[in-house]
Amino acid sequence: MIGAIAQYLPPMLKGIGVTVQLTLFSSVLALTVAFLLGLCRLSRYSLVRGISYTFVEIIRGTSLLVQLFWFYYVMPFFGVEFSAMTTGVLAIGLNYGAYGSEIVRSSILAVPKGQTEAAIALNLTRWQRMIHVIIPQALMRMVPPFGNLLIELLKGTSLVYFITLADLTYISMTLRNTNYADSLIIFTLLLLIYFLIAQLMTLGVRWVEKRVTAGRLA
Amino acid sequence: MNMRSDEKPIVRYRNIRKSYGDLEVIKGIDLDIFPAEKIAVIGPSGSGKTTLGRMLMTLEEPSSGTIEVDGELLWHKKVNGKLVRADEKHLHKIRGKIGMVFQHFNLFPHMTILRNVTEAPVRVKGMSRKEAEKIGMEMLDKVGLIDKKDNYPSQLSGGQKQRVAIARALVMDPKVMVFDEVTSALDPELVGEVLNVIKEIAREGKMAMMLITHEMDFAREVADRVIFTADGRIVEEGPPEQIFEHPKSERLQNFLSRFMAKV
Repeated sequence: MIGAIAQYLPPMLKGIGVTVQLTLFSSVLALTVAFLLGLCRLSRYSLVRGISYTFVEIIRGTSLLVQLFWFYYVMPFFGVEFSAMTTGVLAIGLNYGAYGSEIVRSSILAVPKGQTEAAIALNLTRWQRMIHVIIPQALMRMVPPFGNLLIELLKGTSLVYFITLADLTYISMTLRNTNYADSLIIFTLLLLIYFLIAQLMTLGVRWVEKRVTAGRLA
Repeated sequence: MNMRSDEKPIVRYRNIRKSYGDLEVIKGIDLDIFPAEKIAVIGPSGSGKTTLGRMLMTLEEPSSGTIEVDGELLWHKKVNGKLVRADEKHLHKIRGKIGMVFQHFNLFPHMTILRNVTEAPVRVKGMSRKEAEKIGMEMLDKVGLIDKKDNYPSQLSGGQKQRVAIARALVMDPKVMVFDEVTSALDPELVGEVLNVIKEIAREGKMAMMLITHEMDFAREVADRVIFTADGRIVEEGPPEQIFEHPKSERLQNFLSRFMAKV
């Protein structure tokens, strides 16, 4: 068995590189999209609210896999061609960003109204109230659900298998295709590796959580 | 009674009304507050006294009527002789003359005490951090909390939090300050320390104060004039001795007798 592991681990490590890269880039995109959309959902302009709401609903209401297919196989018909990696980052980032926008929106709404009133009484502008009073408090509430979302995102990256991006899952599948008898070992390794990456992410989220709430629990 | 006909009021409510849906909570109130005057607003819960303060702080918009602050309309602008609803820019300009302390303190939990007190002078008045901290420390000293400057609000008692909230409002140097039932959320043994701070500020006489309160002894001691509101109207007003010793209206007599019976 040790021999089998020694045989499969090196190619899988290459796949880990792709998975981690994909996770990292699409996480950054997802967080950015989540903030932008979340803030737009709370805009005082109904047009901005309407557009962002529609966008979120369309993305949440269709499957990530189909979105990947669209970006990869349909967009070229419109003259837009992306590499498999770019496609993966775009589709995954937008998809999880749409979910994340609900976290941003609800965390901002959960900050007590008295905080806004105190900021008004001190004559802070609408923008200053958001940046210096509301968002810092909303951030504390956002961290745990965002941690959850990013772990979901990590596992979601395995769907790029279907657009032939050589991530961890894709490589494991090709290894299995040539070594059926070792399916158990290959897929156990696959499970363990995803689990370990997720654990690392959980630790990271805990660290961030401690940082943003240090000494200041309300 | 102070006759101040020679002086211009700092706040002037004119025929103010406020409704929430079908419920009218303020039914036409006229009230002048003069510079450095301390008025206490008393009355049963739901009489509209808090709404009166919140409309001055621009937290609630009147349904009709006007409020003037320091000679300028608060919620309206005059355009070609006609009153139009003021925009945020106008509110921002006038709001700088008004301050407020809330029943539930509303300190910023993610900032240290000193930061709570200095945030607005830096952001709104454009002071340097250093300058703001100097004034902030003076104010924290005034409310007796200089040693808590690096703590967070969650580490303070209710009375201490409210004293910080007072310092935070004072730093902005308002011309009129609303104190909205500032002791109602406090444990009884913490009420005194907050009232003492307010009495001290009142003695300095730098600004007008609108004390919305259930503390009758405090109102009597600090206020120049007491306003009794009930059912959205001012039922009776006058100097404390008159209001508390010789109430004229039956509403006030009943209110006071029930209040004294409770204490």
